Amino acid sequence: MSTIENRRVVSAGSTEAEYGGRRSKAPLLRMKPLERRPEQPLPSPSDWTFELIEQYHDVIRKTAERYGLDTYANQLEVITAEQMMDAYASVGMPVNYRHWSYGKEFIATERNYKRGQMGLAYEIVINSDPCIAYLMEENTLAMQALVIAHACYGHNSFFKNNYLFRMWTDASSIIDYLVYAKNYVADCEQRYGLDTVEATLDSCHALMNHGVDRYRRPAKLSLAQEQAMRKEREAYAQQQVNDMWRTLPRRQEDEAKAEEKRRFPDEPQENLLYFIEKNAPLLEPWQREIVRIVRKIAQYFYPQRQTQVMNEGWATFWHHRLLNTMYDDGYLSDGMMIEWLKSHTNVVSQPSLAQINPYALGFAMYTDLKRICEAPTPEDREWFPGIAGSDWLPTLDHAMRNFKDESFIAQYLSPKLMRDFRFFSILDDERQSEYEISAIHDEAGYQHVRQALSRQYDLSTREPNIQVWNVNLRGDRSLTLRHTQHLDRPLHDEAQEVLKHVARLWGFGVQLESVNARGDVTRRWSVPAPQH
Amino acid sequence: MTLQQIIDRRLSGKNKSIGNRERFLRRYRDQIREAVRRAVDKRGIRDMERGEEVHIPKRDLNEPVFSHGDGGTREVVRPGNTEHIKGDRVPKPQGGGQGGGGSQASDSGEGEDDFVFHLSKEEFMQVFFEDLALPNLARTTLAETPEYKTVRAGYVTDGTPTNLHVVRSMRGALGRRIALGMEKRRELHELEARLETLRLEDATKPDVKALLAETEARIVLLRQRIAAIPFLDPIDLRFRNRVKVPQPTTRAVMFCLMDVSGSMDESRKDLAKRFFILLYLFLTKHYEKIDVVFIRHHTQAQEVDEQNFFHATETGGTVVSSALVLMEEIIRARYPASEWNIYGAQASDGDNWHHDSGRCRELLADKILPLCRYYAYVQVAEAEQNLWEEYARLAEETPHFAMRKAVEVSQIYPVFRDLFKKEGVSA
Repeated sequence: MSTIENRRVVSAGSTEAEYGGRRSKAPLLRMKPLERRPEQPLPSPSDWTFELIEQYHDVIRKTAERYGLDTYANQLEVITAEQMMDAYASVGMPVNYRHWSYGKEFIATERNYKRGQMGLAYEIVINSDPCIAYLMEENTLAMQALVIAHACYGHNSFFKNNYLFRMWTDASSIIDYLVYAKNYVADCEQRYGLDTVEATLDSCHALMNHGVDRYRRPAKLSLAQEQAMRKEREAYAQQQVNDMWRTLPRRQEDEAKAEEKRRFPDEPQENLLYFIEKNAPLLEPWQREIVRIVRKIAQYFYPQRQTQVMNEGWATFWHHRLLNTMYDDGYLSDGMMIEWLKSHTNVVSQPSLAQINPYALGFAMYTDLKRICEAPTPEDREWFPGIAGSDWLPTLDHAMRNFKDESFIAQYLSPKLMRDFRFFSILDDERQSEYEISAIHDEAGYQHVRQALSRQYDLSTREPNIQVWNVNLRGDRSLTLRHTQHLDRPLHDEAQEVLKHVARLWGFGVQLESVNARGDVTRRWSVPAPQH
Repeated sequence: MTLQQIIDRRLSGKNKSIGNRERFLRRYRDQIREAVRRAVDKRGIRDMERGEEVHIPKRDLNEPVFSHGDGGTREVVRPGNTEHIKGDRVPKPQGGGQGGGGSQASDSGEGEDDFVFHLSKEEFMQVFFEDLALPNLARTTLAETPEYKTVRAGYVTDGTPTNLHVVRSMRGALGRRIALGMEKRRELHELEARLETLRLEDATKPDVKALLAETEARIVLLRQRIAAIPFLDPIDLRFRNRVKVPQPTTRAVMFCLMDVSGSMDESRKDLAKRFFILLYLFLTKHYEKIDVVFIRHHTQAQEVDEQNFFHATETGGTVVSSALVLMEEIIRARYPASEWNIYGAQASDGDNWHHDSGRCRELLADKILPLCRYYAYVQVAEAEQNLWEEYARLAEETPHFAMRKAVEVSQIYPVFRDLFKKEGVSA
């Protein structure tokens, strides 16, 4: 059964080169010993006080340090349920610009909460430096301890170390940026009116998911570098001069045609908001700035959307690990244990046939990874030859740093876990009248299920691939977007509405065409230029 | 090591979302106004000041994004397989747009459920006032809570020095001193008694002498201890507590007079209803107890309940004076002017039996207006008939009689302009 693919060696290497010199210190090989056992467990009344939280936090911090978790400084904030809903409504951020959709979100949240249809999340943590974690006033002491371990050490270390977060977010400046954004938008509302600003924001929000960079743009070259490169090119061209070419008659038509065919932009661009910000002909400067603000915020959340399983799993794994260690060390009383374990069990429950719970999957994967390191079976040795039997701390550290959901699952989902979850994949083909079970958790299906699950977390398959294709520069300046269909999946009809938003930002007509794998245009949408 | 801190945010930044909520309400103003209008129709006029549920269709609130629709090929991984093996085929559910629990399609499906939210009392009134084109001054008059009077409400342990209640504090201190010194004083008394007996004995005996010295030393110690009990301790302090109690002036009665002859259709009645509501709201701000008397009339007048007042239709001619006569009778019987502030509000389409209009004016001028604080008449139709003319004569000479034509809700407020103006100035 073993193919080349699953023989890929996954090394837990701790060489300097692997981390690109970015990390400050190597992960611990194994946990540091406990200095001294406490004489008695920490007090465990149900109600929290500031002193008790302080005490618990202290022990949790020390335990986390023994595992070598690398985190930003922590800032704990106690808030009320209403404030929690506030934070909820404005995408979890402590400040944000004003927009009606956040008001809608708040109303919906409040309503569900009051009806008891929904418990509030017991924590919100913000990827900032210092890392802000909210503790809700209503939580019991055990829950506060759980939140501290989960958010302040789990999520926090993930934010600080995962490569996507390192690449795309700047934790130290996000709060300042949001404050700036809030003030800027408020200022625009004053100057240009609520309606115009709201319309611009609506349009930007419609494109938010298509307003992120997926790869770093090349750094701007300095003037000196550019000159050097030009010289080099000229020198090279000089070397290639062959007088014979000069004597060939030129074909004029070809050149004219080439000119006509040239598209703008030269290459399709996937960051729609960036393209609009830089190229939309009619946007006012303040509108460009608003586009930029929305784009920046979308970019800030981009890593979170790609690391749901990893991030939640990591945090869940660590609160479980830390609190259990504290119990073993004699810090926690039995009552506390029962209480947080109950919440923990709820958090990681996975109902059959339902959507996959990212907490459950992530927690199971890290736990399983630890097991593979500590007690590998022959199967594990075959699937994970590089990590079976190695030290678990560096292995998990590596897994947390260098992957996103898609690659994490493709790399680390073990056959045992697929059996435990009883994963199976269902193929839904439009042309067939029935669903087909394409693979299940057996020898023949492990590879397939793992790949299918990995793709399920790939943002580029979850969201339609839409790129800026062309701008009619010589004609009516209309913008053409192109949707490249993946597996023949069509766009939702809402696309027409979104196009109106694009047209509002672009200022001229907008077309969208869906192109299937054979290169045929399957459907077109178009919106005329908005009235000026 | 690192900077670690717990910040208590509970008291700061309440209602941070209010700006977002305002924007939300602003965006859906039309739907909200419609909901308020419907609510006003349904409610009794005494029942205006509470919030309202507003329903907005979900599709109106949708924020569109590019996403996948149904169709094409997709593969979904789910947990919990117990019965299938590879190659099994499962029939697709009929009709449901949810392809095997597809990822995004399910969220934006056919859900036509309404988005429901609660408009608070303030927001409801805001929209209601906006509809009536109420100027700000009147709005604040209406929104203002009644005057407060501070009244005593016992004692509390915390307060400003000016509120310190000396007698209470000293009484507490005394009690505490007695309680704290009890044991010591009892022992002191015993020792003093023993000292007395010891003094009678032979003081030269060594054991008596030692006992004497010991007792004396103990007495000195106890006296010191008793003296050390603080005379006044912070826990003894008592402060006068005062709470604010709303203090509406007194009681009022409001007479609603309406023509229910055939020419008053639903929309005119609705206009009239808003007119009554406005007066009622105004009165609630100023009076503790308000009675509302509904008198409807065609050729005869009748006192009815609110339901019948607004919703029963009758046909026939119109004799307005019959209502005024009944009103006067009711005042005489139940609401003596010395005890009640009397307000009258009359709505009609101006149609009256022409011989009757003069009598109406006389009735008002001689009997009713002298008893009333304010009398407002609104004509919910355009045409000026003899009732209008007679009333116009009356309005010239009587300051607390107001009249106005209103064919739209926004024209109602001016009827009360004087009423609100007066209050606005005095407030």
